[in-house]
Formats: sequence, structure tokens, C-alpha cells
Amino acid sequence: MVSTLAPVVAGRPGGNDGRTRINGLACRECGDTYEIAPIHVCSRCFGPLEVQYDYDLIRETVSRETIARGPDNMWRYRDFLPLDGEGDIDWRVGWTPLVRATRLGKALGINNLWLKNDAVNPTYSFKDRVVAVASAKAKEFGFDTFACASTGNLASAVAAAGVRLGLITYVFLPQNTERAKFLNAQVYGANVIAIDGTYDDVNRLCSEIADQRGWAFCNINVRPYYSEGSKTLAFEVAEQLGWEVPDHLVIPIASGSLLVKITKGFNELAKVGLTNGKAFKVSGAQAEGCNPVAHAYTRNWDAVKPVKTPNTIAKSLAIGNPADGYYVLKTTRATGGSVAEATDPEIADAMRLLASTEGIFAETAAGVTIAVLKKLAEQGKFGRDERVVAYITGNGLKTLDAVDTLLGETPVVQPNLDAFETYLSTRH
Amino acid sequence: MAVKVRIPTPLRPLAGGASEVTLQPGTVGEVLASLETDFPGFHDRLHDERGEIRRFVNIYVNGEDIRFLEGQSTPVADRDEVSIVPAVAGG
Repeated sequence: MVSTLAPVVAGRPGGNDGRTRINGLACRECGDTYEIAPIHVCSRCFGPLEVQYDYDLIRETVSRETIARGPDNMWRYRDFLPLDGEGDIDWRVGWTPLVRATRLGKALGINNLWLKNDAVNPTYSFKDRVVAVASAKAKEFGFDTFACASTGNLASAVAAAGVRLGLITYVFLPQNTERAKFLNAQVYGANVIAIDGTYDDVNRLCSEIADQRGWAFCNINVRPYYSEGSKTLAFEVAEQLGWEVPDHLVIPIASGSLLVKITKGFNELAKVGLTNGKAFKVSGAQAEGCNPVAHAYTRNWDAVKPVKTPNTIAKSLAIGNPADGYYVLKTTRATGGSVAEATDPEIADAMRLLASTEGIFAETAAGVTIAVLKKLAEQGKFGRDERVVAYITGNGLKTLDAVDTLLGETPVVQPNLDAFETYLSTRH
Repeated sequence: MAVKVRIPTPLRPLAGGASEVTLQPGTVGEVLASLETDFPGFHDRLHDERGEIRRFVNIYVNGEDIRFLEGQSTPVADRDEVSIVPAVAGG
């Protein structure tokens, strides 16, 4: 694709009276500030670091029109992303469909339901967005090796981005991750390593490897940049709705970063005047077999008690110790949303329901989201005409086992017309 | 008689740049107290104003999160390994 990017306000000094779009990093807890660097925690209080932007400058230079002139992928929002240069703008990440889900809405009793289908990114999950930012930032920092701890989807996104940017990749997954997710990373030539432990074990190991080896780990030392990529899921939904803000968002929770950053994305749009700043509710979805945030929500705790051994078919959400769980609780409560959970059978049923009503075959995480959407509807959480947007974050072909037993055997018929007519007659 | 304590990058300046230090066995609380004695500054980094381990700090004994053991009372024996690890985002 030929770039049709609008003029960009560089992250570097220069132009605009020397003002810069990116001001540095700040601790989300204590506010201490840091230079832009591959660091992710505050050295004073261990709080997570966040990229700081000059929103006044963005407001002066970015408009709906400049965005519309950008490429039809996530880089149309690059003024809200923490890169000095360009990302891999020819890699078509983002600008995924926002689908009006009339049939699913009817089945669930939701009048105005929309699905953001992010299962159609290059490696079939929303992780391509965060990795697009993290990999480009790793290049800017001068790393030659790009790595991640993964529950599955991140691994293939990292592996593919590494190929495109010429980075060596290492991905670490829990041994019990679906086979398809290993293959989806290995095929790109990544160094794929299975760890005999849970995702939280993998995370701890990777933290120590990041310290030891000096590699860019997209969810560790380049996390402040990585996580910003999720904001584009807010920007796109707003733009696809004609720059309107939905009334209620339903988002799956693993580490919680996705939910927090989508919320941040909508808030940023209001801050720079691209939307009208209307209030919206944010609700989160977890699997019963790994429900630390839902558990804390229902007990009105403000801290999350980790789940030691997650046990759910929704493996991509199986993070027992979610780093952003605390912020998910704050966000959902502050906006008037909620957090709910779904059992494994409910998850599989919801995957089938989504496929058989909207023609979207999505992975177990989407099953969690749709099953929770159903529960929230039953609980009367959505107003009659509220516009509800649910986020579909990964592709069903990655988790075929989840629906295998549910769907049963495929009938076998001899290759002649009589046999087929006989088969049809037995069905009616 | 010694336990190994792994120090994460953000705290290494407090330990003269060391990635691990060796301390005497005891409970997690006692090991962290002797860390403070040997390398002043650790206590405030790891604990909040109520003396609890900060929300975004994870402490492991031989790879096991102390939240699933006995918290700061978890025993740390000779040759055990204590890891201090910041919270990590998801995947």
C-alpha cells in the first residue's frame, strides 16, 4: 500500500515551537516521571509506567479529516501512539470490521448490539495491534531480539512482526497451550519455548530473562509502549460509529490491560475534542476457571487475589495474577459497568451462538465475552436503546478443541443421490 | 547457611548493581529486613505505608508466590531462593 499518511507531529523535538507530542513516562501510582526508555515499572513504588502526551498539541494538529486521510489500518491514529518514526504501515493491522449484530442481539435481548471483530488481523487476534507498536519501539531502541511471555495469541503476533522487522524472536508459552498456538508461532521461524508451568510461572521466568539477557520483552520492558496499541480499538470504534461513543463496552479480561487501554482511548478522544466526551460504561468478562477480577468485583474488594492454577478452556485469558486487575476494578466501578464470569460449557455454547447468528467464528475468549454479554443482558444491565459494543479478540480456528465435542460427528454419506435422499429423510 | 535473593533491575542500584545477594535464612519478612540492613532503601521500595508488600510487587520463594504460602511469614531455609519480581502485563 502507498502511504497516504497525514502530516504527523513528531515525537522528537522540532517544529511546533519545539514542543513534543510525547513528554516521557510517568508512574500511574506516584506520578514520578522518567525519560522515554525500555523500562516499565517505577523504581520508587513499582507502579506501572505510562506514556505521557501533550494533548494540547495533538488537539491543535489532529482532526477527523487528518485521520481520515491516513492509511486504512491502525496507523491512521499514530499521533496517539508512542513512536518517533513510522510503524510498519504496510502491514495491515487494525481497521477491522465493526459489525451490527442484529441476530445475536435478538437472541440475547439487546436492541443495539455491535461487535468489533478483531479476529481478522494478520495473525488473527488483537495482539497484532500491541505488537505493532512494541516491535517498532524495540527497533527504535536498538534491540535485536524481541520476545514475550504468551498465553498463545501474543506469540504468533510477535513471531510475525519479528519477521517483518528483522528481529530475532523468542516466545514462551505454558506447556498446556493449544497446539495450534504453538504452530502459529513456530511457522514464522520464532524460537518457541514451552514452559512446564502456568502463565504466571512463564511471566516470572520472562521477567528474570529480560533482566538477564537484555532483550525487548513486549509485555515487560517495552510494556508502556506495547499496551498503548490497544487504544486503537477505541479509536476505530468511535470513528466507525461516526465519531460517536458507545453507551456500554464489554471486553474480555486477561491481564486487564486491554480493558484499561480501550477506556483510555475513548477518554483521549474526548480530551482532544474528537468526540463529545459522553459518559460510557465498561464491563469485563472472565472465565469461571480463572476469575480473579470477577471474584474481587463481586466481593467488592479493591485488590485482586491471584488464582494459583487456572483451569479453563479460555486459555488465552488464563492469567491468574492479572497485572492490571486493580485498574479494571477501578474502571468498571467508576463507569457504572461490572465484571462477570462464564463457565466452560457457557463459553463453548456462546462460541457456537456467535458463529451461528453472525457468521463469526471466534476463539474461547470471545465465548467468554458473549456468554457474559448474555448474563449482563439477563441482569438488565443494558438500557433499552443503549448502544452496546462487544470486543471479539481472537479467531476460532486457534481453539477448535473447544467446540469439537459440542458439535459432534460429521455425517458420512455414500457418493450417490439415493444415499443423500435417504440421509435427508432421516433428518426430518 | 545462606539464601539467594534475586534483585530486579529497578532495584539493583540499591544493591551496588548486584543481580543477586546472599542473606541468612529466616522468614520472608526477616530476609527482607536483613536486605534493608545491608542495603538501605529496599524497605520503602517494597512496602507501602502500612508495611504491606506493595500491590505491584510479587515475591516468590523457590518460584512460589508468597501469597499462596504464608505471606511475609513464609519460611526461607538454607539454599532457598527468593525472587522479587514486578507485576507483568498479559499475553
